Amino acid sequence: MSGPAERFTDPAAATRAALERMRAGAAPPPPPAGTRPGARPAADDRPVDERLYATITGFARTLRAAGVAADRERTQNMVEALARLDVTRPMDVYWAGRFTLCSGPDDIPRYDRCFAAYFGGERAVPARPPAVVTVTRHVAVLGDEDEAGEPEEGGDAVPMTASRVEILRHRDVARMTAAERDEIHRMLALLEAARQRRRSRRFTPAQRGRVDPRRTVRDTLRRGGEPARLRRRTHRTRPRRVVLLVDVSGSMAPYADTLLRFAHALVRREPRATEVFSVGTRLTRITDELRHRDPDTAMRAVSAAIPDWSGGTRLGEELKEFLARHGSSARGAIAVIASDGWERGDPSLLGAQMARLSRLAHRVVWVNPHKGSEGYQPLTGGMQAALPYLDDFVAGHSLAAFEELAALLAGKETGKSDKRHRLA
Amino acid sequence: MFEPESPEMLANVLEKHGYLADEGLATACFLALRMGRPLFLEGEAGVGKTELAKTLAAVLDAPLIRLQCYEGLDAAQALYDWDFPRQLLHLKAAEAAGVHDAERLEGELYDRRYLIARPLLRALETWPSVLLVDEVDRADDEFEAFLLEVLSDFQISIPELGTVRAERPPVVVITSNRTREVHDALKRRCLYHWLEHPSFEREVAILRKRLPGCGETLAAQVARATARLREADLVKPPGIAETLDWTEALLTLGARDLDPDLAAASLGALLKYREDQETVLRHGLLQDVRSG
Repeated sequence: MSGPAERFTDPAAATRAALERMRAGAAPPPPPAGTRPGARPAADDRPVDERLYATITGFARTLRAAGVAADRERTQNMVEALARLDVTRPMDVYWAGRFTLCSGPDDIPRYDRCFAAYFGGERAVPARPPAVVTVTRHVAVLGDEDEAGEPEEGGDAVPMTASRVEILRHRDVARMTAAERDEIHRMLALLEAARQRRRSRRFTPAQRGRVDPRRTVRDTLRRGGEPARLRRRTHRTRPRRVVLLVDVSGSMAPYADTLLRFAHALVRREPRATEVFSVGTRLTRITDELRHRDPDTAMRAVSAAIPDWSGGTRLGEELKEFLARHGSSARGAIAVIASDGWERGDPSLLGAQMARLSRLAHRVVWVNPHKGSEGYQPLTGGMQAALPYLDDFVAGHSLAAFEELAALLAGKETGKSDKRHRLA
Repeated sequence: MFEPESPEMLANVLEKHGYLADEGLATACFLALRMGRPLFLEGEAGVGKTELAKTLAAVLDAPLIRLQCYEGLDAAQALYDWDFPRQLLHLKAAEAAGVHDAERLEGELYDRRYLIARPLLRALETWPSVLLVDEVDRADDEFEAFLLEVLSDFQISIPELGTVRAERPPVVVITSNRTREVHDALKRRCLYHWLEHPSFEREVAILRKRLPGCGETLAAQVARATARLREADLVKPPGIAETLDWTEALLTLGARDLDPDLAAASLGALLKYREDQETVLRHGLLQDVRSG
C-alpha cells in the first residue's frame, strides 16, 4: 500500500497526535494539491500527524460520497481505533475503518471499494459477494418525459378551483401535464397517512383493564402500607409496520415518481414503522433517503440511491432477495407491492415468494396502476401468480386511488376484509 | 483482567477456549477490550455471535451477564427494580416496633438492599464482567434509548438512591439479527462487525475442535456439504451452530463419513424448513460429497 503511514518514524505517536488534532476540533486540512487523495505527496513538508489527519478525513469524505454515513464522530472513532493498532499495516487500517465507519452489511461492499480506490494497491479481499448496491450517481430527474412537450405557462401560479381539484383527483397521473402532477404531489405531501394500530407488549396505565401490581404496591407503599385502590393497566398500541416495495422498472416509469411521493408521506407520518424498497433489476432500501422532511430533497436523494431506474423487472428474484435479507421486517407488517406485474422472470418463482410473504405478513396489498383503467383484467403472468396470495388488490393511478390506499393502511376499510377469498 | 497485547494473541487465547476467530473478529474484540467500547455484532443466525460473548467471558475469567431482548423489555426488567414486598414488610415491622420517624423510615425503605439489580445495573456493579445484550433488534425504541444512555456514560441514575457509576466499564457485546434497523446513535457508540459464515478450512477446524469424536474425513465432508448448501437456494442457509448439531447427530448415528442415507435421516438437525429439506433431497445435493 502506498498508504498514509509510509515512512513514519513513530506511527503510534503520529496517530495519537492526529487524534488530538481532531479532538481539538481543527478544521480538516485539504488534501495536498495536485495529488490523488491518499497518495503520499512527494514534497509535503507538513507534520506527519497532519497528513494522517488529512488522509483519514479525506477517506471519510470519499465514503460519504459513496453513501456510507461516515460522520465526524465515526471518523474520530476510526483514528482512536488506529491509535491502538499498527497504522503502518494496511489490514489494521482496513479493520479500524470498517468497525467504526460502517453500520450495516450494505455498507461493507461500498467500504471495500472505497478502501481499494482510496488507498490503492493491495486491497482487502471482499469477504462478501460483489456489490449489491452500486455507487453510481444518477442525474436524471424523475418522470420528466413529457415535461418538454407540455408548455405550461405559469401553471403553478394559477389557483385551482375546487371542481378542477376534484377532476384532478380522479385523473390518471400518467396522462397529466407536469404542472398538474406537481399539484398532485403537493396534495400527496398533505395526505393524511394515519396508520393501523397493533397491540404492543408494553403496558400503559388505564381506567379499566387488568390490575397493575407494580403501581398498586407503589401506591400502597406511599400511603404507609394502607391498601389503596387498585391501579389498572392495559396494553399500549403501536403503529403497524408497512413495508412498501415500489417497482421502478420501465413500464412503471409514469407512476414511480408519484408512488415514491406517496411512500414519502408514509415515512414522514410513521418514520419508525415504515420500510421502503425500490425493485427493478436490483433491490434497494430507500427508507433513509425518504426521511428528509422536504419531499423534493427526499426525491433527489432517492433518485441518487436507486441504480436501476427504468430497467426491466425481475420481481420474483427481487422479492426473494427481499425475503432473504429483510424478510423479518415483513413479519406482522402490511406488505404493499406497487407494480404492474410485468414479470420478465419466471412467474412460478414469483408465486412461491408471494406465498412466503403472505405467511409472514399481516396483510399483502398489491397496487397496480392499470387496475384503474376500464376493462382491466389481471392477465399478466406475474399478476396471475400473485393473485391467490393477496388480501387486497387496489389501483394506484390517481390521487383518489392513493387516498383509498391510505385509508386501507389506516385500517379504515375493515368492512371488506374477508381475507383472501375476495380476490381468488 | 486479561489484557491482550495484539489481535493475534487474543485469537490464540480464544482458540484455547474453543473459539476460532478470524483476523477481523479478533481485531474487533481486541479493540473493544482496549477502547472500552461495546462490540456490535451482526450476521446471519448461527454464525457464533452469542458464543463469542460466552468465550470472551471465559477468557477474561469474568461472569457473563446476559440480557435477552424482547419487545416490551422495560427498565424494571433491564436496569433495576425495588423489592416492594420486602419494603412493605420492613414498613410493617417498623410500625409494630413503634417507629414514627417518617424521614428515617423513608431513608431505610429506599436503601440499596431493597434494590434488585437487573442485568444492566449488575454489569455496572461487577468488574470484570461481560455484558451480553442479545438480539437487540427484538427490543423496541424505548429500550434502545435507555441502553444508549447506559452505554454512553456507563452510569444509571436511580431517583431514590442517586447515580450508580461503573468504576471500570464492563466488556459489552451487543448482537442483532437485523430484523429491524437499530438506531444509528447506538451503533455509533459501538465497534460494528458483520460476521460471515466461516471459510471451509475454518469450519473443518471448528468441527474438529468442538467435536473431538469427529474425524478429518467427516469434518471435511460436512464442511463441503454445508458450503454447498449455503450456495444453494435455501430459505435459511445453515449456520455454524446447525452444522455442529448436524455433525453431532451424524456421530450419534455412528457415521464415520457422510453416508447419504444417514445424512438424509438427520437432515432435520441442519435444515429447519420443510421447503429446504425438499430442495436438498430433490436435487440430490448431498449425493456426491463423499467423492468430493
